[in-house]
Amino acid sequence: MKKLTSRIDKERLLLGIAAPLLAIVAALVVTALVILATGKNPGPAFSDMLTYGFASDSQVYILNKATTYYLSGVAVAVGFRMNLFNIGVDGQYRIAAFFAAVLGGALTVPGWLAIPMIIICAMATGALWAGIAGVLKVTRGVSEVIATIMLNAIATAVIGYLLQPGKLGELQQGGTLVSTKPLPESSYFFTIDTGPAGVLDGFIVVAVLVGLAYWFILGRTRFGFDLRTVGQSESAASASGVSVKKMVATSMIISGAVAGLIGMPTLLNESHQYDNSFPVGIGFTGIAIALLGRNNPIGIALGALLWGFLERTTNHLEFQGYDKEILGVIEGVIVLCVVIAYEVVRRYGLKRQQQRVGAELAAQAAAPTKKQEVA
Amino acid sequence: MRRVAKLSAAVVASAALAMTATACGSTSSDNSSSSSSDGGKGVKIGLAYDVGGRGDRSFNDSAARGADKAKDEFGGSIKELTAKTSDTEADREQRLSDLADAGYNPIIAVGYAYAPSMTKVAAKYPKTSFGIVDSVVDAKNVDSITFTEEQGSYLAGVAAALKTKKDHVGFIGGVDVPLIKKFEAGYVQGVKDTNPKVKVDTQYLSHGSDTSGFASPDKGKAAAKGMLDNGADVIYSAAGSSGNGAIEAVNGVKGAWAIGVDSDQYNVPGLAKYKNSILTSMVKNVDVGVYDFVKSVNDGKPLTGTNSYSLAKDGVSLSTSGGFIDDIQAKLDTAKKKITDGDVKVKTTP
Repeated sequence: MKKLTSRIDKERLLLGIAAPLLAIVAALVVTALVILATGKNPGPAFSDMLTYGFASDSQVYILNKATTYYLSGVAVAVGFRMNLFNIGVDGQYRIAAFFAAVLGGALTVPGWLAIPMIIICAMATGALWAGIAGVLKVTRGVSEVIATIMLNAIATAVIGYLLQPGKLGELQQGGTLVSTKPLPESSYFFTIDTGPAGVLDGFIVVAVLVGLAYWFILGRTRFGFDLRTVGQSESAASASGVSVKKMVATSMIISGAVAGLIGMPTLLNESHQYDNSFPVGIGFTGIAIALLGRNNPIGIALGALLWGFLERTTNHLEFQGYDKEILGVIEGVIVLCVVIAYEVVRRYGLKRQQQRVGAELAAQAAAPTKKQEVA
Repeated sequence: MRRVAKLSAAVVASAALAMTATACGSTSSDNSSSSSSDGGKGVKIGLAYDVGGRGDRSFNDSAARGADKAKDEFGGSIKELTAKTSDTEADREQRLSDLADAGYNPIIAVGYAYAPSMTKVAAKYPKTSFGIVDSVVDAKNVDSITFTEEQGSYLAGVAAALKTKKDHVGFIGGVDVPLIKKFEAGYVQGVKDTNPKVKVDTQYLSHGSDTSGFASPDKGKAAAKGMLDNGADVIYSAAGSSGNGAIEAVNGVKGAWAIGVDSDQYNVPGLAKYKNSILTSMVKNVDVGVYDFVKSVNDGKPLTGTNSYSLAKDGVSLSTSGGFIDDIQAKLDTAKKKITDGDVKVKTTP
């Protein structure tokens, strides 16, 4: 019996890996065709991506990028597991980072106290912002997709309003950049200096912890079980005594709290202030990454690393004379292929399973004496 | 059991990652064959554009023109890289470092967003000359190229106030950043000083860190349509390529005027269809700033410090292509003289 489960597992694992692999290969083929269509040779492009992407400073860059993307992917995945489409991760992390930056700039307490306060402020802000959509959904039945998209726009407007000289912002040298008050140096998160390769964000540790917590809570606790049950069937969940409304609100809040962390590597490790050049759109990247990683903590990590790799190397491709739009093509095709490939692989797996069960049943019917042993 | 396998896989994967991150591998600059010594004649100009890049018919194009002119004159080559809206500091640093690594000198960053990254990269490559447009970077090897946009916009405001028939004009800003507010402040002051009765509508296409307002012709078109419907008949847009949309919308209304920005948009081939609606353009001679800088590097005496291109130095001016402002030229010249003489002080914030 042990043998049987392990065999099935191996196959499931294979199928699980097959889908993203299929998607990436398909994306590469399409990309190669696009590069060919622009009259250039895709061969050197791919080899340049490999050599450049695996240089040590590129690795540091990719890990730093992936830290941010991973948090974003997890934030989205929490919602996905519940069948909630939290499109508002983008607004949640921006408004969270903004208020955390304001708080961080105003704090004068020592770093060991300030850093947790900044992080908690970010998580609370993100949770609150997502919570609005959650409450609207459970009390008024407003689709979380609509509510979170609207809240993205509102977050942009709120930040735009408050980030003005004289309100919560201050004008930087040169008179062209408004930022929040910079964090004092004691509030910088630790970094890992890797010499000439650059500086690795210490926040990667937090990202790993978030990944572990995500895996543990969803896979190992009753709460996680309830959450997944609601995601799979609301009626079944409420029949077994789970309060669906409470779960919807809670998971929105958790998703928002994780979203609040997305801006933290940038704020605490890199920019140390919130200004007009703070990165936008990472929440949407997170959706792609969560899809690619199948909401699995390790899958999301691989997706985040892939995204970081693609960004790093396509930036350099532009330098080599290829068009910078290649990045958009590759990413878009990957996401599209992932969705298709998962469906194809799922159907194939289902068919295989049916065949196997059929074969086993036939075998059991043929040899009734062995049946007891297996059962 | 499955969990155990998964967990161990995770541990192995993360350990492998940690290894690669810390230990092995040379950096990309070691890998790239140093092409700085290829001994070619002329200057190797590295250009890092803001969002939009070459072809925005406006701000970035103006910088491109300056670089093109320098290349034609001194020989050499140009390498161009363009920003994305999702950029982080790391991306901008990478862009500038890549150029420096490949031996480009001078390197010009077009746009204020590059200020923090240039501060870092300029310190790392002290032998390379850097130039930044629209911001100030305090370093020995950086030329900060700034413009007095408010003065040029003041003149645009004077022209708008003189040309409006409905006593109602509009201003469209790309993003509500301090730089674009300088345009608004000057424009509004110019309008009000000329004719206090004229109403000015202002609108920004995007806010804060969302820089899409500089590259969304559709948003520009919608905003301009709204203003036209509201009764405005002269619209000045300082919004990068979004301004193209505004000009298109104005072209659809008889008797309405658009005021272009950064480049002389009457002469931009892509806008030829609409040129009879372009009253004038507030030309910001980024090309002059860029050209001067490249020339100084070519001469072996790179410009450094802050070089402000003001109205007096023709760093900003109103274009006369099309001849639509010929009838009010005298009044514009008086206004210009007042500014250059210091009789009128133009505000930089609205």
